[in-house]
Amino acid sequence: MISIVQVYGSMLLTALGRTLLMTVLSLVFAMVIGMIFGLMNVGHNRIFNCIGTVYVDAVRGVPLIVLAYFIYFGVPAGVQGIGFAGFRLSGFQAGFIALSMNCGAYMAEIIRAGIESVDRGQMEAGRSLGLSYGACMALIVVPQAVRTMIPSIINQFIITLKDTSILSVIGFPELTNVGKTIMGNTFKNLQTWAIIGIMYMIVITTLSKIAKRIERRVNRGR
Amino acid sequence: MADKHQKVTFTDTSCKIHVTNLKKNFGKLEVLKDINLDVSEGEVVVLLGPSGSGKSTLLRCLNQLETATGGQIIVDGHDVTDKHTDINKVRENIGMVFQHFNLFNHLTVMDNMTLAPVHLKLATKEEARQRAEQLLKRVGLEDKAEAYPSQLSGGQKQRVAIARALAMKPDIMLFDEPTSALDPEMVGEVLAVMKELAREGMTMVVVTHEIGFAREVADRVIFMEGGYIVEQGSPEELILHPKEPRTIDFLSKVL
Repeated sequence: MISIVQVYGSMLLTALGRTLLMTVLSLVFAMVIGMIFGLMNVGHNRIFNCIGTVYVDAVRGVPLIVLAYFIYFGVPAGVQGIGFAGFRLSGFQAGFIALSMNCGAYMAEIIRAGIESVDRGQMEAGRSLGLSYGACMALIVVPQAVRTMIPSIINQFIITLKDTSILSVIGFPELTNVGKTIMGNTFKNLQTWAIIGIMYMIVITTLSKIAKRIERRVNRGR
Repeated sequence: MADKHQKVTFTDTSCKIHVTNLKKNFGKLEVLKDINLDVSEGEVVVLLGPSGSGKSTLLRCLNQLETATGGQIIVDGHDVTDKHTDINKVRENIGMVFQHFNLFNHLTVMDNMTLAPVHLKLATKEEARQRAEQLLKRVGLEDKAEAYPSQLSGGQKQRVAIARALAMKPDIMLFDEPTSALDPEMVGEVLAVMKELAREGMTMVVVTHEIGFAREVADRVIFMEGGYIVEQGSPEELILHPKEPRTIDFLSKVL
């Protein structure tokens, strides 16, 4: 076990870095996606509701691994088929798209639920003062919704971090994928996967602890 | 302030609210059947009636928190039932006070009161703050400017809500059961603020169960039931000498 750490330590840390980078990038983009589709589902416009529901249901109805294969292999095949022969997506690009789409669908639900948890009277009071729907959302409803959303968002962050391991199947060299490489070189199954598991665990436990602290602070302050 | 935006329809300065043949359905349920109502400038109109009679819905139609199913509502010369009317502009002139206060819980009292005037560029931040301080003094809460709604009692919340509406310098104030969610000992402080407003000549439409307030302050009392205006008149006429059996029946239960 120690020899693996000595030989592959820097490789493992680089891989962990890629895992975290992928998580954070996907999460940021997922927030944007989630905000768009979440707000579509909150309003009373039927067309927007329909688009929002279709997106959320479609993405949540497909396992992430299938979505990753679809974007990594399926989409370039389709694009090549219509005449762009050289079109390819890197593991990073495809992984980023797949993970953002997946996480975005869950984020949309978190944002929708958060906004709907704010009393309807808050919007009415804002509208009665002459503020537009958008201004009421931005100044009154969303700031109050965010507080109830924070625990769920942090939870989603942890889920997404774990989900990056699925991207190992499309060749993105994140932590799990590097684990496979090390295993192939050393044939030390037990040690390799124990190390990988512990690395995930340390990062996720640390994040959970930070999350708890943020949550407490948000609840204490207004 | 009254002329801060252009009138779009007919102008009759003495008539602030003009409702003709108003209908409102919620799905198949007809809540308002055929309402005709005029409110003059400076008039205080109290709507009475059993729950489900449509009085809150009528009030909420006046500033289009509920969109009318049929009929016409003209407020301050603007046809609010017309889709082309900029409803946000009209609402700047119509203050509303809710049963459950609806203060913005994430903002201080001061920010509650300055948010809309500043965002809508009706006042600078400094002007809005000064006006808010004056209004808080008027409702007896000048020491609560930096408090959050959760730190206030029900009566204090409602007084802040009234002050917040007044911060927009409205011509008309709508009150939707403003004392119904209050503990009995706090009703008086809210009614006192409303009485003062009425004395100053504010045009007010009030949905309430406070018969005493209606008798003392109202210029006209309207009794509603089943989506219709059943009877209306001065407090003297309607409360002390009602003619319609349904009005007599209702008053016998609440008095």
